[in-house]
Amino acid sequence: MRNAMPKLVLGRLSSSLLTLFLVSLVIFAITSLLPGDTAQQILGQFATPEQVAALREELGLNQSPLVRYWHWLTGFATGDLGMSASNGMPVAQLMNDRLPNSLLLAAITTAISVPIALTMGLVAAMRRGGNIDRALNVVTLSMVAVPEFLVATLAVLIFAVHLGWLPALSYVSTVESVGDFVRIYAMPVLTLCCVLIAQMARMTRAALIDQLDSAYIEMARLKGVPPVRRVLRHALPNAVGPIANAVALSLSYLLGGVIIVETIFNYPGIASLMVDAVSNRDLALVQACAMLFCGAYLILVMVADLCAILSNPRLRNR
Amino acid sequence: MSETHAMPHRRQGASQRRASARRMVDGSRLPISAPARRNKPRLKLLRWIGLTLFGFWVLVALFGPLLAPYPMGAFVADEIYGGMSAAHWLGTDYMGRDMLSRMLTGARYTVGLAVVAALLSTLVGAGFGMLTVLLPRWLEEGVRRIFDTLISIPSKMMALVMVSAFGTSIPLLILAAVLSYAPGAFRISHSLATNLATLEYVQVAKTRGEGRFYIAAVEIMPNMIQSVLTDMGMRFVFIVLLLSGMSFLGLGVQPPAADLGSLVRENIGGLSQGALAVIAPALAIGTLTIGANLLIDSLSKSRDTQKE
Repeated sequence: MRNAMPKLVLGRLSSSLLTLFLVSLVIFAITSLLPGDTAQQILGQFATPEQVAALREELGLNQSPLVRYWHWLTGFATGDLGMSASNGMPVAQLMNDRLPNSLLLAAITTAISVPIALTMGLVAAMRRGGNIDRALNVVTLSMVAVPEFLVATLAVLIFAVHLGWLPALSYVSTVESVGDFVRIYAMPVLTLCCVLIAQMARMTRAALIDQLDSAYIEMARLKGVPPVRRVLRHALPNAVGPIANAVALSLSYLLGGVIIVETIFNYPGIASLMVDAVSNRDLALVQACAMLFCGAYLILVMVADLCAILSNPRLRNR
Repeated sequence: MSETHAMPHRRQGASQRRASARRMVDGSRLPISAPARRNKPRLKLLRWIGLTLFGFWVLVALFGPLLAPYPMGAFVADEIYGGMSAAHWLGTDYMGRDMLSRMLTGARYTVGLAVVAALLSTLVGAGFGMLTVLLPRWLEEGVRRIFDTLISIPSKMMALVMVSAFGTSIPLLILAAVLSYAPGAFRISHSLATNLATLEYVQVAKTRGEGRFYIAAVEIMPNMIQSVLTDMGMRFVFIVLLLSGMSFLGLGVQPPAADLGSLVRENIGGLSQGALAVIAPALAIGTLTIGANLLIDSLSKSRDTQKE
């Protein structure tokens, strides 16, 4: 029985790798099936045919798509992601410069939102059907459907325009003290947290209520176990897996959320790098960023799956 | 007849939801601790709020452009980022155009594009979901693999990658939304249809020698249409968020046309003065999606909080 676990983890891992491979095919296919020509696009309409031909040769565009795909794929293994067409720097270096900023933003958001969301979900589940639960239900139900830029514009309006506490735009380069740090990160993190907390709290509540509905909780209730103990000692340990699953799935929201948030606050992260790359039609950079985001998404989904499986003995031994 | 159809659906629905770990449900079989009576009026209230907000924006999308006091692109005021006034109810934008007129027209793009994309996603997803159940095994697996791959690409990534390759246009935006959201519709309808296909009356129809399309349309579809429609509502909300997000990034609907997301983007410069021109369209999208979400949630207790 113990030996089943590494096998299961390996199985999930290889299935995720296969999906990532298929995703890379889709991304490469979309970006390479251009009706136009990448070389022509980089050089603009006024390039001479010779220039275009030379660049085509340099970029390896004369090779068959399969060969190009192979080069591109092996590039990921060696860290050679090609050159950015818009500013002539290696894609890997551009991404390296930006990635830590995005990871920091994601880490702060996660560190703040997870405890709040879990508490909210727990309280809602314990006070199920009561006033708190109903209020939280309306609030979270509304928040999950709110576009990030509405939260962001309202936050800027309140904290920067009316109260004047915070600057409207973030510039990471000017961090000198803790105060600067808070001022820069407050609004991007607040915006990301709003939707994330709402979603995570809802899923946590649902996971916990699923446990509270089971027979052993009814048994505990009939035995006279008080409600708080029933939830914390009986239901919660069994709900850890489903809750971890909910947290991991909710965190995948960050991947979409940062795209808007980094853009609106001029935050120098990987998502705003990608948006610029899309505007400039810098395909090598778009491909690499897209693979990074899809890879991160697949990892989160895989972790969520593993949490659900490993915590459930019935699924574990299947 | 209709009763025998409805019953299995409900039972299947419940076991279906339990089986899938990702779909979170708060339906319970045990009596909840608070009296159910206390919950009822509130739920109705939420439904009416949702219906009012959503219905309002649908009406605006249908008739708004007819009611617009000025043409959408007309420069009507000297003042930029003007506040509310009798002549311009929602103020003026960064070029002195009437915000009310622009929003009445923009809402048609936001709602219209999302409705079309949601309909297509559900048509493609649910269509394949139903038919693959009746196809040979290897073909079913193949289609499933394709949809599983597509679902692993976050919707904004899909849209960004497609726009970077082909440039942005309205058909492309709809295609990107369908490619992102049809797989989810496929997954849900496929698992519903798989359960329905094992039921006796479908087996009877097969034995009777009915064709695949007949079975899909007459035996399976009526029993899952309610869940499929609810799912389509959720997809509508996601697609509104996706498309207005793309427009907000400047990669969606292009000028001279403008949806509500583009309106937020073009007036973002007025944010530091608290201009109505940036708040109004952002609030418009928020009320549309919140309204739709409240309505869908109250219409069905099986809700899917997953947002991809």
